[in-house]
Amino acid sequence: MIRTVNVEELTKNIKEMCIEATHFLSADMDEAMKKAAEKEESALGRQILCQLQENLQIAGEEMIPICQDTGMAVIFLEVGQDVHFEGGNVEDAVNEGVRQGYTEGFLRKSVVSDPIIRENTKDNTPAVLYCDFVPGDQVKITVAPKGFGSENMSRIFMLKPADGIEGVKNAVLTAVKDAGPNACPPMVVGVGIGGTFEKCALMAKKALTREVNHHSDIPYVRDLEEEMLEKINNLGIGPGGLGGTITALAVNINTYPTHIAGLPVAVNICCHVNRHSVRMI
Amino acid sequence: MERHITVPMTREEAKSLKAGDYVYLSGTIYTARDAAHKRMQETLDRGEQLPISVENNIIYYMGPCPAREGRPIGSAGPTTASRMDKYTPRLLDMGLTGMIGKGKRSPEVLSAIVRNGAVYFAAIGGAGALLAQRIKKSTVIAYEDLGTEAIRELEIENFPVIVVADADGNNLYETAIEQYRKE
Repeated sequence: MIRTVNVEELTKNIKEMCIEATHFLSADMDEAMKKAAEKEESALGRQILCQLQENLQIAGEEMIPICQDTGMAVIFLEVGQDVHFEGGNVEDAVNEGVRQGYTEGFLRKSVVSDPIIRENTKDNTPAVLYCDFVPGDQVKITVAPKGFGSENMSRIFMLKPADGIEGVKNAVLTAVKDAGPNACPPMVVGVGIGGTFEKCALMAKKALTREVNHHSDIPYVRDLEEEMLEKINNLGIGPGGLGGTITALAVNINTYPTHIAGLPVAVNICCHVNRHSVRMI
Repeated sequence: MERHITVPMTREEAKSLKAGDYVYLSGTIYTARDAAHKRMQETLDRGEQLPISVENNIIYYMGPCPAREGRPIGSAGPTTASRMDKYTPRLLDMGLTGMIGKGKRSPEVLSAIVRNGAVYFAAIGGAGALLAQRIKKSTVIAYEDLGTEAIRELEIENFPVIVVADADGNNLYETAIEQYRKE
């Protein structure tokens, strides 16, 4: 059975999700931030984490965005193959949702129309849109506004197969060490391993939208996630980069088959304002 | 050490601050980020006057969210300071006494801080809602066409910052991490 969905549904939901994601952390992130404040060993680190708790409370109560960098809107659509869209172009509908959300939600417009000419588009469009086809007749929308303090510290490494898992560990630690205080720790680290150059980067981005209390289903990847979180926290960077035992809240790793000649590793770093809002329509 | 400082801030006051001090700033500061710094540089290159006097002043690297009705400003946390490094030593040599941002600075900026007796503060990255509440008034005073990147004059009250780099050459980002590093 084909199910018809009007693209206005996309616009309406994306508008609301842009506002929701920038004012309220998802439950998994909220819990991770509370735990971090309990576990941090540095007094200054604890003070910063407590202020971040206060910041979240103010954001929700006063409707002030958690962070002024309300990001570039990264949007994933997982479209059931039995869905038929009507009422207009999907990409236009998505951008209209972003435009309405950022304008009516008093969010910062941080997008320039050209990377060199750099004129602000004044409505935060266009979004960065990824569509996948999945079985079924529903559409899963994920809105993940991405700030650039941490985006700028993200890296891709085209390793050799001989570098193996040790090479992967070094790549992740190098990226996090270099990011240091710039990426607004405590951070969430999204890692892609395998695929091609662009597939790997996209996996790292998508890993950031996975709930931070969920591990990979692949046993060795799960172990790697745990080991890397410990190693990162042993770097001593801490909250705000001012020293401490909580540098990252989670390491989420996604993998994919790759070529006999390659071992791509992408590290997409996100600050503690790791925003992801998910809805099914 | 906890300190309360009124801004603008003299060189002597800036020199009295030490890396690790927790400081509450009150008074008037100015915002400028990437695009405003580029324009200020071009203005100076042409031999013209800057739209703000930098002497004894503090620049906050920040581009806010729009304000909701009845409020002075929207979310207003610090942006990454290193993007301004290229422009900063010149402003410090002109008498700028402080900067508020987040993240590491270049060796050129750190030595200009020492040379001029200035200070680099970090505000808490990602605490834009909390910091917005310490800003009582915001007025765009130059480069309005730059939107969020315009230069704003801010009136702040008990605005919380931490001294990262001081006039003696100390750098909290380097020293604090060592205490908690476990290899």
